[in-house]
Amino acid sequence: MNNTGVPAKSVEKWEWAVIREGAGAAWPICLGYLPIGLAFGVVAQKAGLSLVEIGLMSLVVFAGSSQFIAVSMLGAGAGFLPVVITTFTVNLRHLLMSSALAVHLRKAGKGWVALFGYGVTDESFAFNMGLFRRGNWGWRHALVVNHVSNLAWFASSVMGGLGGSLIPPGSFGIDYALPAMLICLLVFQLRGPVYVIVALVSGVTAVFISLILPGNAYVIIASVAAATIGLFLSRKTGTGKI
Amino acid sequence: MSHIFILILCMGAVTYLPRFLPLLFLSRKQLPPWLSTWLDFIPVAILSSLILPALVTGGSPRHLDIVKPELAAAVPTLIFALKTRSLGGTVVAGMGVYWLAQRIFN
Repeated sequence: MNNTGVPAKSVEKWEWAVIREGAGAAWPICLGYLPIGLAFGVVAQKAGLSLVEIGLMSLVVFAGSSQFIAVSMLGAGAGFLPVVITTFTVNLRHLLMSSALAVHLRKAGKGWVALFGYGVTDESFAFNMGLFRRGNWGWRHALVVNHVSNLAWFASSVMGGLGGSLIPPGSFGIDYALPAMLICLLVFQLRGPVYVIVALVSGVTAVFISLILPGNAYVIIASVAAATIGLFLSRKTGTGKI
Repeated sequence: MSHIFILILCMGAVTYLPRFLPLLFLSRKQLPPWLSTWLDFIPVAILSSLILPALVTGGSPRHLDIVKPELAAAVPTLIFALKTRSLGGTVVAGMGVYWLAQRIFN
């Protein structure tokens, strides 16, 4: 992963180098957000949202799938409360991610933690957890990644709302930037046999549940079940412990 | 303030709280060992549960669909990631393989 350009000098204080390294490393996330943000802008504009509303939603909510669901509900004339409740349900999975991230934010002040929480997404979570483990990656780097990603998400959705899609769908295989990144981040997390088992259990369980239940509850259910099996296995074998 | 602005702010609030509250409480506590071990498995579990359904299911209502370029591209992408352990490289390679796979499947 050295070619992401992240040999951090200091993780203990704010320096220009930290901002440079964080922003420089975030490009795979930004690239992945570009086609999705453009598509969101297009869809939101068609659902009747103004450019300001599109930009504000991407800035304030910053959670891709829930934004798509919200604008399609609005387009279909859904009321206030159903949209808010659906948003909450779709984004509840971040609860697990923030719980796992917390250990890396021990030294951060409350204000910084508050700012950090705002930028926790599937992608930034997986990305930062991979880099924290490598070392030389502090909460400041992670915070920069979160907010550079947010900027990319905001800018691409506004662009989509402005002029439709600048990039024709499917060009350069750009739609696969995020799946490819997640696959590589998964590889980084396979740190022993127990982790491989947890990955398999979680993936297969998620597929089964996703076929039974609508929505994305399968992420939380499968992850909790698989992590619990991992805990049980690591107790039994003594492997997989931190 | 229009209705839609208030709606967006409420969506922001209900999204923010599950992101922020665990950070606030758990970053200030010494966790029991079983909990930190459990949380250590969360990243791998979440990644797998995000990736696999996206690769092998599709449609609405969702059903199994394994004949698609996303899945075909995932195998070489995974091998590339295992061999190189390069994030940037995997993203670029994955895009290339997917671009090819789309041509084969369409």
